[in-house]
Amino acid sequence: MISQRRISLILISLGVLLVISAIFATGIGGSAVVRPGDVPRVIWHHLGGPMSTSEMLDMIVWQIRLPRIALALLVGASLAVAGTLMQSLFHNPMADPYIVGVSSGAALGAVLAVTLGLQFAFAGFVTRSLFAFIGAVVVTGLVYFMSRRGGRVPIGTLLLTGIAIGGLMSAITSLLLMQWRPDDMRMVIMWLMGSLAGRDWAAVFSLLPYTFIGVTVAVLWRRELNIMALGDETAHHLGVNLERTRMLILVIASMLAAAAVAVSGVIAFIGLIVPHLMRLLVGPNHRQLIPACILGGGLLLIWADVLAQVIIPGAEIPIGIVTSALGCPFFLYLLQRQRV
Amino acid sequence: MSEAAPILAAEAVVAGYDERDVLHGVTLELHPGEFLGIIGPNGSGKSTLIRALTGLLPIRSGRVLFGGEDVAAIPTRALARRLAVVPAVSAPTFAFSVREVVSMGRHPHLGRFTNPGVADERAIDEALELTDLVQLADRAIDTLSSGELQRSVIARALAQQPQVLLLDEPTAHLDIGHQMATFELLVTLSRQQGLAVLCISHDLNLAAEYCSRVALFSVGQVYALGSPHEVVTEQNLRDVYGTLVSVEDNPYSGQPVVLLNRASPPQEEL
Repeated sequence: MISQRRISLILISLGVLLVISAIFATGIGGSAVVRPGDVPRVIWHHLGGPMSTSEMLDMIVWQIRLPRIALALLVGASLAVAGTLMQSLFHNPMADPYIVGVSSGAALGAVLAVTLGLQFAFAGFVTRSLFAFIGAVVVTGLVYFMSRRGGRVPIGTLLLTGIAIGGLMSAITSLLLMQWRPDDMRMVIMWLMGSLAGRDWAAVFSLLPYTFIGVTVAVLWRRELNIMALGDETAHHLGVNLERTRMLILVIASMLAAAAVAVSGVIAFIGLIVPHLMRLLVGPNHRQLIPACILGGGLLLIWADVLAQVIIPGAEIPIGIVTSALGCPFFLYLLQRQRV
Repeated sequence: MSEAAPILAAEAVVAGYDERDVLHGVTLELHPGEFLGIIGPNGSGKSTLIRALTGLLPIRSGRVLFGGEDVAAIPTRALARRLAVVPAVSAPTFAFSVREVVSMGRHPHLGRFTNPGVADERAIDEALELTDLVQLADRAIDTLSSGELQRSVIARALAQQPQVLLLDEPTAHLDIGHQMATFELLVTLSRQQGLAVLCISHDLNLAAEYCSRVALFSVGQVYALGSPHEVVTEQNLRDVYGTLVSVEDNPYSGQPVVLLNRASPPQEEL
């Protein structure tokens, strides 16, 4: 077992790494040069201190770069925790919001909300998040109940059910997109591919409550998550109310994935890569796995976003392409090692 | 002993999966301090009995009473504080440590906002000691032998500090030394702490040697129930298993012992 001291050390290191990465990432993107020292000064100014940088720099850091980094942290944490919850729910380390089709369901919900012209209600985001949430819950529920075989979820059935339902969701999304004008369609496709570009503080604050609720439930239910990972029958014998707990985890995992999709589109494999790496670092106990996933998810997404901005000079690619490029080989590697 | 109130009672229980009934009216009582062995051929409903007794499998008719109260009406958490189950082991998916697995047995005793306290740690330590796992406490469960894994699951059940312990073939993966140690432990717990133990065993000799009473299952019903001498007889075993064996008395304990008897005449009267 990994000692408590080592776990604390790893969590603190991840936190420090996250702060350094966030400050570094503020210097990336666009042509304006932002030095690491400028970031605390801009933040200080917006906390009520005097302005000690140029107004231009202040605007770039505060209006463009910081919200984007804050969003990367929240989306990364949400997706990583959603993945952890699903892995416990399915008793299977291969479950992930993207792989089981939940992200596609959320994307369909969000596109549907926009297509129906509901995007103006409550500043746009609430309806979109709500529809994304409904899409995600429906898909998670379908995949879960259709892939269960006598209290267990075999990996093959899980993945195939996820592919089938995810495929249907994407097809319906495409059908909806055909109703759109070409310009709007291009915009939505960019969003579907996953992107953090051009998001402001409003986007950050539309995601924050969901991330907060999801993470809080995950922390409070950490013991049930451990026990559920051992299987349904064991969970029942140890006093976990299966029906209620399964439903709660299913809804919370869907909510986290859906809220992330609603603001940043489909960013694949975060829920698979992060929990897996964090288990290697701190072990499978959710008491430390959840905090590690929050930090690790944010860290991975910040760097994926940096890559998305610098990999092609002068252009930016959707972050979903970066995470897929990282996640696909990782997924195949894990699949090779599974005893199916 | 049977005059005292049973802690767990099945009354004409019918239960099964999908269209098929597996238990056809099982009536059975388990008393505090007794060690009841359940024997019977594959598919005779032994594991289904445990699922029905714990409320995991809804029963179709009859009743299961825990301390006089209908099991279906007891909240899962409250039941887990008094009733622990050692299910048949399966390969672990996640690499929890032995201590982490055993400490999960404290879950029904802990509130949402409370962390394990001194009493919980003591229960965990005690369970590890009783199952001879202290040396392995920090090992990951996916590196254990199946016997060590089996003992971890027993330790987790003991950490629940239950009044009733149900075990589904707890010695299936154990060598003879650990088989005897496990049954000795169950005898001690039932005699000294008044724990009511119900244990499914495929090993007729272990059951006959250690259990205070034995129930022989056949096609979803209790075929025979009583002391090992009353139940483990040549006639009963031939009727239920369809095989000829010899039963003699163990010269050391006086309990019945089943001997394989290949020299017996063919089973024409079956």
